[in-house]
Amino acid sequence: MLSVRNVVKRYGQVTVLDNVSLDIPKGKITSLIGPNGAGKSTLLSIMSRLIPKDGGEVYIEGREIGQWKSSELARKLAVLKQSNHTNLRLTVRQLVSFGRFPYSQGNLTRADEEIVDQALEYLQLDCIQDKYLHQLSGGQRQRAYIAMVVAQDTEYVLLDEPLNNLDMRHAVEIMKTLQNLVEDLQKTVVIVLHDINFASCYSDHIVAMDHGRIVNAGCTEEIICGDVLGPLYDMDFRIEEINNNRICIYY
Amino acid sequence: MSDRKKLLILCVIAIALAVLMLSLGLNSFILRYALSRRIPRLAAILLTGCAIAASTVVFQTITHNRILTPSIMGLDSLYLFVQTATVFVLGSQSQIMTNAVLNFVASGGLMIGATLLLFRFLLRGDEGANLFQLLLVGVIMGTLFSSGASFMQMVIDPNEFQAVQNRMFASFNNVQINVLIPAAVILVLTLIYIFRQAQILDVLALGREHAVNLGIPYDRVTAKLLAAVSLLVAASTALVGPVTFLGLLIANLAREMLRGYEHRLLLPTAALMGIIALVGGQLVAEHLFNLSAPISVIINFIGGIYFISLLLRARTAD
Repeated sequence: MLSVRNVVKRYGQVTVLDNVSLDIPKGKITSLIGPNGAGKSTLLSIMSRLIPKDGGEVYIEGREIGQWKSSELARKLAVLKQSNHTNLRLTVRQLVSFGRFPYSQGNLTRADEEIVDQALEYLQLDCIQDKYLHQLSGGQRQRAYIAMVVAQDTEYVLLDEPLNNLDMRHAVEIMKTLQNLVEDLQKTVVIVLHDINFASCYSDHIVAMDHGRIVNAGCTEEIICGDVLGPLYDMDFRIEEINNNRICIYY
Repeated sequence: MSDRKKLLILCVIAIALAVLMLSLGLNSFILRYALSRRIPRLAAILLTGCAIAASTVVFQTITHNRILTPSIMGLDSLYLFVQTATVFVLGSQSQIMTNAVLNFVASGGLMIGATLLLFRFLLRGDEGANLFQLLLVGVIMGTLFSSGASFMQMVIDPNEFQAVQNRMFASFNNVQINVLIPAAVILVLTLIYIFRQAQILDVLALGREHAVNLGIPYDRVTAKLLAAVSLLVAASTALVGPVTFLGLLIANLAREMLRGYEHRLLLPTAALMGIIALVGGQLVAEHLFNLSAPISVIINFIGGIYFISLLLRARTAD
């Protein structure tokens, strides 16, 4: 269980997260949505100990995040932020192998190699695994980083706007991969999403944030409706049901 | 060519140069005397070569910047300041200037003390070490110390200035065995520590967020590594004088030459290059210039040419 209790984050005078409490349901895809500056990425970073908080607690399996040993937590929770670039001369496979560091401290066993193989296959990277990262397109690179997180094989996977830089086909593939992670491997996935229709079609649970607070949280059907989204983004929404998916029309 | 093969070739070149340095112009009359001078000198060169290489590679990995060297922390400025101030206040004939052991302990101790103070001051906060704050303080202190040193060099007695000048450039000509041993202990232990962190350094190179995600206690690990870097710089500077000039060249050459990114290979490659540059430079200084040009001048000259060629090559490649 991943739960957030009364978390506060301030940058100087500006309160970015104002007393946020939240329970992430296990074995589901939870999307964080909301306008720019709502505090979604900050919340994700605090939940994954990337940045310190100014108040409140984050519990993972009942233990406060600060009580976890960093190396232990790395086998429980993985996080990927949105801007990833490196000037290291790394191949895709070498990058994905880093996902095994929490287990092997860099000395990969045969079992580790197999998990790396699976992660590469999962993200359809096996044919370009020996290419260098700087030779790849933005979308391929993004998938390589996601493969690293998959190889980390953690119960919780936190992703900050994983669909950035991806075209529609790859964006859909990534979301399907995440669905598979949840269905096949019982992982718990939390993602920050900007595209409301991706959130609607692929997530089980949606958390709507605005001005550092949680405005609404619930299953997808409860959140994807004009009454919730209209005031959240301050614009008119028309919502149509197509193939059992709710699609928002706001263009 | 594989990275291991390149490493092997560098190893052979380094050994060949070392043998050349020990044996050049040797005859049975001066054998004992010459070796008693040349072996400590070679040992000092090997140690400082490794120290410069490791400190620069680690520093660049931590700061994610390939054009920085640990000299930005201002330790060599502090060294020069201490030397100049001693001559200025106590004179060139004072114990600290004439007694090599005393000088090593005093200047090395001061440099380590200053770093510890800086770390203590900056690690107090709840958010842990802010790397760039630390570096900025280093830059400011470095500038302060080097300005102070230049000021004293301006007003000092010209004869006394000679004594300061001898300390301004790295020199392997007068290595004393009783200074070499304590320096060697510090350097070897620190180098072993750093080499054992090679795989953690690989992860740190990915960036802070990835390193935290992969379970590295980032702030603590970087603070420890920075302390190790300062220790290397302090001990090698106190041993032979300001030496960080070489780091930029060899760290970049090593990164350029290897296909892989692993510090397991990068650290020894840079160290071997450091040794080759220093032994080669020393041979040129001794036998071509008869010790009239300091080794740092020779190495910087060659390094400068290399960098210009790198720029020109990059230009024609575009």
